Amino acid sequence: MSSDTDIATIFETLEYGPAPESDAEAQAWLASHNRAFGHFIDGAFTLPAEGFDSLNPATGALLASVSQATAEDVDAAIAAARAAQPGWAALGGHRRARYLYALARLLQKHTRLFAVLETLDNGKPIRESRDIDIPLAQRHFYYHAGMAQLMDEALPGRLALGVCGQIIPWNFPLLMLAWKIAPAIAAGNTVVLKPAEWTPLTALLFGRICQEAGLPAGVVNIVTGDGAVGEMIVAAPVDKIAFTGSTEVGRAIRRATAGSDKSLTLELGGKSPYVVFEDADLDSAVEGLVDAIWFNQGQVCCAGSRLLVQEGVADRFHAMLKARMATLRLGDPLDKCIDVGAMVDPVQRDRVAAMVAASGGDLFQPAKALPRGCFYPPTLITGLSPADRLMQEEIFGPVLVSTTFRTPDEAVDLANNSRYGLAASVWSENVNLALGIAPRLTAGVVWINGTNMFDAAAGFGGVRESGFGREGGWEGMRAYTKAKTVPNRARPVAAIPAPAAGAPAGPIDRTAKMFIGGKQARPDGGHSRALWSPAGALLGHVGEGSRKDIRNAVEAATKATGWSRATAHLRSQILYYVAENLSARAAEFAARVNATTGGGAGAAEVETALDQLFTHAAWADKLDGATKPVPLRGLALAVPEPLGVIGILCPPMPSFMGLVAAMAPAIAMGNRVVIVPSEPFPLIATDFYQVLETSDVPAGVVNIVTGPQEALGCTLADHTGVDAVWNLSLPDYDAAIETAAAGNLKRTWCSGVPKRGFGRAALDEATGIKTIWVPYGE
Amino acid sequence: MQSRTETGTDLATGSQHLPQLTEPRNPGLELDMDWVMRAAANRSAIERRTATLPGRRSVKKEFQAAWLLRAISVIDLTTLSGDDTPGRVRRLCAKARQPVRHDLLEALGMTGLTTGAVCVYHEMVETAVAALDGSGIPVAAVSTGFPAGLSPFKLRVAEIGESVRAGASEIDIVISRRHVLTGDWQALYDEMRTFREACGAAHIKAILATGELGSLRNVARASLVCMMAGADFIKTSTGKEAVNATLPVSLVMMRAIRDYHARTGIRIGYKPAGGISTAKDALIYLMLLNEELGPHWVRPDLFRFGASSLLGDIERQLEHHVTGAYSAAWRHALA
Repeated sequence: MSSDTDIATIFETLEYGPAPESDAEAQAWLASHNRAFGHFIDGAFTLPAEGFDSLNPATGALLASVSQATAEDVDAAIAAARAAQPGWAALGGHRRARYLYALARLLQKHTRLFAVLETLDNGKPIRESRDIDIPLAQRHFYYHAGMAQLMDEALPGRLALGVCGQIIPWNFPLLMLAWKIAPAIAAGNTVVLKPAEWTPLTALLFGRICQEAGLPAGVVNIVTGDGAVGEMIVAAPVDKIAFTGSTEVGRAIRRATAGSDKSLTLELGGKSPYVVFEDADLDSAVEGLVDAIWFNQGQVCCAGSRLLVQEGVADRFHAMLKARMATLRLGDPLDKCIDVGAMVDPVQRDRVAAMVAASGGDLFQPAKALPRGCFYPPTLITGLSPADRLMQEEIFGPVLVSTTFRTPDEAVDLANNSRYGLAASVWSENVNLALGIAPRLTAGVVWINGTNMFDAAAGFGGVRESGFGREGGWEGMRAYTKAKTVPNRARPVAAIPAPAAGAPAGPIDRTAKMFIGGKQARPDGGHSRALWSPAGALLGHVGEGSRKDIRNAVEAATKATGWSRATAHLRSQILYYVAENLSARAAEFAARVNATTGGGAGAAEVETALDQLFTHAAWADKLDGATKPVPLRGLALAVPEPLGVIGILCPPMPSFMGLVAAMAPAIAMGNRVVIVPSEPFPLIATDFYQVLETSDVPAGVVNIVTGPQEALGCTLADHTGVDAVWNLSLPDYDAAIETAAAGNLKRTWCSGVPKRGFGRAALDEATGIKTIWVPYGE
Repeated sequence: MQSRTETGTDLATGSQHLPQLTEPRNPGLELDMDWVMRAAANRSAIERRTATLPGRRSVKKEFQAAWLLRAISVIDLTTLSGDDTPGRVRRLCAKARQPVRHDLLEALGMTGLTTGAVCVYHEMVETAVAALDGSGIPVAAVSTGFPAGLSPFKLRVAEIGESVRAGASEIDIVISRRHVLTGDWQALYDEMRTFREACGAAHIKAILATGELGSLRNVARASLVCMMAGADFIKTSTGKEAVNATLPVSLVMMRAIRDYHARTGIRIGYKPAGGISTAKDALIYLMLLNEELGPHWVRPDLFRFGASSLLGDIERQLEHHVTGAYSAAWRHALA
């Protein structure tokens, strides 16, 4: 009698057979808690309360019931974190480093338990939790043990923010916990973290690890529950919210925290392009897609989900890809031979299935029976166009959509034709092509001839509606600290009231216009406002700017892309030239400042403005990027890139220096700006465009729209073509501006202007780090 | 109980080992330089694939035992030493006929298992053919001035003929590395064509000596050129280079074979040689082959291990499977 498991039979069939990882220890751990968990607050677990079940998506089996946090629970967690924070920060870097080191070691000691528990809870293949998620989480704690150790030396003048509220998703439960907690506590913050309701178990096990490490009570607090708990944390008196999850929830958090002065980082959705040029190693590019879109069932924010393949090789590439898809193995995530596990929840699977069902294009799914449980097959949809919904919308499942391009330029256009900007892959054997494309892609992370590479030393995060802020590296550490001293915010200053009977100051009427696209422009609305000197002289009129003037200015700024590509040397030269031309008219500007404000600080303001122009002309070609020591034969480059178009509200006072201090770092880094000058004293700004005009500043790089700051600021914040808004004016505007900024999730910076102007710190606000991974070796 | 292959051939005869019996022979193609020059091999990506594969596939228990037996069936049991004697070669041949201790094979439910071939120098061919008479196990001869391939061209070609006349049914030739290193693909093609013609009905394995080709891209190109020129198998190494078979090189060569099959419908065999000495290594190679080229290739007519010490480690693992206790080397017969 022969059976399927006769050795002689297997010798012929060469089946792999089952290779299950044991879940005995993980089940025993759950059983030891009677499969019921409370929260981890102030160093101890609370009693289990009413909540929800955490199920194994591969089998539907109950893993444990978990508590839904109440307002009291959240309050208790926040209070514990608040109470613990000063002591934790005061421990100093070395003492904190010891705890982080212990956490890293403990994660390593319990590595298999964490891996199995993660796979049980999430459904991802054990290979991924064992070889990727858990090792990366360990690495994150090791790396940040070092950050704690070095903080005093390497980040002088930086302090912990305080209490951080952290909300993480279900796709990489422990890894996202590590990304959030490690930098936060390294810097001296304490945290209240909420894991996703579908995947809370490894976070609770981490609570146990904190106890084993002897971490002071209250430094790490973990509360479980659904989105309502997340909302409570966002609304609570915390100093920072760090969120990873969907763009929709990120937008809600942006609105909820608007004007609150809470530090915010958001790591949101994506529709990352995967660009394959005809000279690529096509076999390797196909294999890369397995790691791009069938990694974690495609439930990855940075999944390479949008395949762009050069037309000449597209048919061949698709054929190779389909053949590869046919060998992917779906099934029990605990089996060591499984490539694609279960999706996290039937809700998610059904959502993906519905999106695919509603799509056009040519659908390919390998002809294999699906296992029982929450599974969805690897899917390729070819023949789509950018106009098709699935080319634009995040699917968050194992579904790859594909279209073709003809030229490198077209590849860039298609890649950037998205609301998102998280990651991108470029495949080419031509170093000129690959390194030429990488800087042109709108993304926070670019992988050349690779995909989904991560390391604690390398920043990760997005642009556009993929969010803002970086996790990992020095840039990630900065997001959990603040400057020891911050400049005072601007105070309201009233415009000089009109006298009963005023007369013009000069013999010839002067018309101060807006400055848009390198040209002087009348206000679209046709309204002007008179400005008076304290002595009652009519100094002139400025246009009352409106939405349409902002629209025109942003359009001009959008077109001036050459500035962002110009060499740093050229930008530096032009800033020096602005200073040179201003210097020639220093006395006139000083007098004008004095005349418009009625003060005597004009000369000093011009002097500081000149200093600011020199400072940022100097920085223009000195803000270095970095090569990150990641475990790779190759380079991980951290490249500071301009944000694009920045809308700036200048402080009422100092009316001139405030404008120059804001403009200089922004354009030095290659941004184009739309400036709304001091509302009470705008005439100095309209004088200033004459200096810009004579200093070779290209058209559209600096645009000036005078008028009501709050309304114009909201229009800027609302404009989806604007990449960041700086409110250096009144804090009263913050809430409205940050609420409006939620639309396209643009970055905001609400700050005062230091008396001596901005230094290096402003450059971080004017740039974002793009991490470019360049593996090499022939 | 008799194990049978897909085609119903009795394993014990070993006749299915000869590729020309189950696969159409590769007639070769004109040298297609466009195709050759398009070949790309991204080392970092290839290394990622091979580094992660062992974490993606695993065989346990009876499945592992069956895969290890399959590994034995594709070993070219090899001796290529200056001190080879007829007695030594006869011992090797006896081991090829009975690679696993009788009681273990019985416990595993297998009969008639042999290695894929015996691989020797020309002078040992007649001895090996005689020793393997009736077993169906083919004799492979390394040839063409092995291992450096720098003896006079005429003599290299003549050597093939001598070995075929002595009874070798497989000829492992070495290519002129200088043709690859200088980019003289036409010369490589012509050389390979001539070798192939000299083999006649004997099947030809082209040894690329990948450790001396400088880059994976060269490995990919040399693989394609040799297949175009009529190679039945492509083989990594002589075992004498500083670097012999590696997983990245294997992946590149397997992908070249896949590419050739996709365009011509012809299946070319693959033989990694040198440095594969543990059962675990062997399983990884077989799984890579199974994943990249499919189960059709994991047979002696399309795959061989060039190895001398691999068998001993596999025997120990098989005994462990049977008894549950770890095994000592001296419990298994020497070659």
